[in-house]
Amino acid sequence: MEISKEKFRHVGINEGESQAIVRPSMTYWQDAWRRLKKNKIAMVGLFVIIIMTIMSIIGPMMVPYVHSDNDLSNTDQWPSKEHWFGTDDLGRDLWARVWVGARVSLFIGLMAALLDTLLGVLIGGISGYYGGKLDMLIMRFIDVMIAIPGMIFIILIMVIVGSGVVPIIISFAITGWLSMARLVRGQILQLKEQEFVLAAKTLGANSSRLIFRHLIPNTLGVIIVSLTMRIPSAIFTEAFLSFIGLGVKPPMSSWGQLASSGAAVLRVYPYRLFIPAFFISITMLSLNLFGDGLRDALDPRLRR
Amino acid sequence: MIRYIIKRFFVSLITVWILATLTFFLVRALPGDPFSSEKITPEIKANMMKYYGLDKPLPVQYVTYMTNLLKGDMGYSLRYKNREVNAIIADAFPASAELGIRSLIFSITVGLILGIIAALNHNKGWDYISMIIAVIGVSVPSFVVGALVQYLFGIHWKILPVAQWKSFAHTIMPTFSLGLGTLALIARLMRTSMLEVVGQDYIKTAKAKGLSPIQVTVKHQIRNAILPVVTVLGPIAAALLTGTFVVEQIFAIPGLGRHYVLSIQNLDYTMVLGLTIFFGAFLVFMNFLVDIAYGFVDPRIRVGK
Repeated sequence: MEISKEKFRHVGINEGESQAIVRPSMTYWQDAWRRLKKNKIAMVGLFVIIIMTIMSIIGPMMVPYVHSDNDLSNTDQWPSKEHWFGTDDLGRDLWARVWVGARVSLFIGLMAALLDTLLGVLIGGISGYYGGKLDMLIMRFIDVMIAIPGMIFIILIMVIVGSGVVPIIISFAITGWLSMARLVRGQILQLKEQEFVLAAKTLGANSSRLIFRHLIPNTLGVIIVSLTMRIPSAIFTEAFLSFIGLGVKPPMSSWGQLASSGAAVLRVYPYRLFIPAFFISITMLSLNLFGDGLRDALDPRLRR
Repeated sequence: MIRYIIKRFFVSLITVWILATLTFFLVRALPGDPFSSEKITPEIKANMMKYYGLDKPLPVQYVTYMTNLLKGDMGYSLRYKNREVNAIIADAFPASAELGIRSLIFSITVGLILGIIAALNHNKGWDYISMIIAVIGVSVPSFVVGALVQYLFGIHWKILPVAQWKSFAHTIMPTFSLGLGTLALIARLMRTSMLEVVGQDYIKTAKAKGLSPIQVTVKHQIRNAILPVVTVLGPIAAALLTGTFVVEQIFAIPGLGRHYVLSIQNLDYTMVLGLTIFFGAFLVFMNFLVDIAYGFVDPRIRVGK
């Protein structure tokens, strides 16, 4: 086949066009947020979490009862117009108790997750950055401690420190930082050999600046994903502890505590278990779904 | 490999020792004493403290306890008079072990099947159904599942016995409640790992060799995808063990988990100590086995290097 010369045309090089930026420039976080928004399931999760948080704030104010007030003339009421979720054996309004319980459960989940993340990032960061003997020591310590089942450890601490919100948070932090420290250390070990760290060092950055300004911000994605996964597990553990009688004690309320006292009267008043159980499950579900979405959004390997 | 096993073994031993020591001092730091709820005169109390060796200084008690522990003797329960902790564990362990093993088998078989089905039907109806089951399994705590099935099948429809641990019918609900969370975990893991394996070159090679789709799936895909599942067997054992605390409570099963919760509430020092060490040692041992098993199962990993 013959191809005539006329069929070709000289185009030349357009400098400006080839250098033009087609896609809008985005930071890592903008890009992550863009992809998170596309994930409908994760957004539903986020929506439910926000609703739960708002309800935990305004829920108790919507009824004229206080979560800890007994009303012995109105005990064991089934859900009705006056008491939307019914009352318990001492006549306490369950609507108020469920949402005060939400406050306690969500607060414990968030605080426990934040605290053990903070501890883990600090210790893991130092261990990974300085390396050598200190790193060896910390890692051997973690190896041994991590082999001790966390729940047993938490139960022991709870037994000694006593029940309540603060002891729960503390015992979570004590047992929870181990895996986070490992994770952060691994990340830091990878990062600290990279050129931008060398560049920062050359410019005279000191250790704390390197750790907190350069290394940790670059591991933030991994840390945040791990943090969101920890919140449901902390909420679950609180419910678990309260259920076996070690966590939050009445008249204070938490979802686990409500489920626990509900389980005792399951045959007669099933709603008393199923209402708090529903909220625990739906919150855990939303947090897990949101966490999954966040992981997909923050994973640089999935960037397109 | 041998060196690795020996090293892992010693680390496990040290872990158990540290756990025992920690537990010992933590339990002794507990407020109150085991006889505080009983109405007895100070003389009798002193006698009882002496009888159980609780009047001696702490370091002496520690050394005594540790020497006895090495001999396999965990002392007497402070609550159940004249019953050795060993005897109580021996009594209660079979029920818990049976529950644990049943749940493990249930969750592994069903979990693997769900995971495989999901991966083979990626982004189709079956995939979504399996993953919905998996997400629900992860999100709903075992005590909620337990109470729910107990209410529905035991109380409402009266299909299954409400509680206790006697015949096979008694074991169905506890096994299901305990295993559901683990099942979900395994299903998710298996799905991800199957999907990763699908893209590998050796699958292409296997297909190119002319193997039937079933052969490719069973011999190449599943066998390779199952490896990551082996690594989570340690955490799974831990999850099942702590799960027994509530499941045994809900279904009134005379197992270790129930004893543990009761002994904590009763400040039964020796029982708490004994059971914690027993649980801890058990899980450390499981992790040890899993680590070694992993070295054998995956030829690509030379753990001993």
